[in-house]
Amino acid sequence: MLELKNITKRFGDRTIIKDLNLTVRDGEILSIVGPSGAGKTTLLRCITGLERVDGGQFLVDGQNFEPYTNRANESVIGVVFQNFELFPNLTVLQNITLAPTLVLKQSAETAKQQALELLTRLDLADHANQYPFELSGGQQQRVAIARALAMKPNVLCYDEPTSALDPNLRQEVEKLIMGLKADGMTQIIVTHDLTFAENIADEMFRVEPNQD
Amino acid sequence: MHYILEILPSLLAGAGMTLKIFIWTLIGSLPLGLVVSLGLISNIKPLQWLLHFYVWLMRGTPLLLQLIFVFYGLPLIGIVFPRYYAALFAFILNYAAYFAEIFRGGLQSIDSGQYESARVLRLSYGQTIRKIVIPQVIKIVLPSVGNEVINLVKDSSLVYVIGLGDLLRAGNVATARDVTLIPLVLVGVIYLLLTAVTTFVLGRIEKHYSYWK
Repeated sequence: MLELKNITKRFGDRTIIKDLNLTVRDGEILSIVGPSGAGKTTLLRCITGLERVDGGQFLVDGQNFEPYTNRANESVIGVVFQNFELFPNLTVLQNITLAPTLVLKQSAETAKQQALELLTRLDLADHANQYPFELSGGQQQRVAIARALAMKPNVLCYDEPTSALDPNLRQEVEKLIMGLKADGMTQIIVTHDLTFAENIADEMFRVEPNQD
Repeated sequence: MHYILEILPSLLAGAGMTLKIFIWTLIGSLPLGLVVSLGLISNIKPLQWLLHFYVWLMRGTPLLLQLIFVFYGLPLIGIVFPRYYAALFAFILNYAAYFAEIFRGGLQSIDSGQYESARVLRLSYGQTIRKIVIPQVIKIVLPSVGNEVINLVKDSSLVYVIGLGDLLRAGNVATARDVTLIPLVLVGVIYLLLTAVTTFVLGRIEKHYSYWK
């Protein structure tokens, strides 16, 4: 379970997020929705440790957790970026095994084995040795998911998972996310696509632009 | 023809010196330029200022002046380099500054998303730079680095000013002694061959990096 308590984030003297409280239960899907400029992505960047919060705390299973400085050995948060941000100089397989070998100190063999299992599950087994530029957007997204999953996160976060894809791929993404949910993965999804959010979410969290 | 064969050994010896300076300057200035470029984009202000000053100094004054300064100037304050090392010292410092600026451009063209995705995978800064950033930067900067490398082949002729016997000097000596144009033409041909080989090698390196986009 991931809890956010009184989270506040400012940029200069602009308060983007103020005293925000939020709970994500294990195995659930939380959608963060709201108009653009409301701070959805900022909130996600705070949860994923890309921005330092100015106040409040994060709890994972009741334990204090600081995403911004987290360098501990367990991965807590995985991220799938809007533009996927695969490493273009590495093959699909290398994209996935890089962090497990360098950060989790897995052996090359274990990491590869695990990556191939993930790729098979995500229907990408034939693409292991291709480079990101050779893949379609949907395939790149699945590689990004596999790369995040390889670090065994407790929570997987997505920033606008449908926006960089063909509209007719939305159902595919929904299926994928529901599939991961069936495996027990806790997921947080930032989206401006309300229908999409309603289709997948157990909980919806609306972010409104801060008025002050 | 007979004359050509007669002067060729001295020209080739000169070309050997040219090549030695060329190769050692690259070996020294490429890594140094990379380190300087990382410093240029770092958040440590005094380091940034210092490195900007260094780049400004190196790019803002003639290489010829720098050579003269190192070999004839520095001994006046007690720092004496042998000719060959004076040349290498000046060339490496000068080229590193140009390479640093090229690498800085390459580094800054890497999308911040790449650093962020490395960060959420909890790669360290060093791992991110080595595994993600540098391979991408190399691909981006290859054409500009290639330009400088070709320049270096020809710039190495400046070492004549501190009395090193490079290719140009060998040709110049022969022309002055024998009052004929042939040595200078040969010098031109040898430079063209050197740059042709360099261009070919650079092309191969670029091709090697074309397996991804």
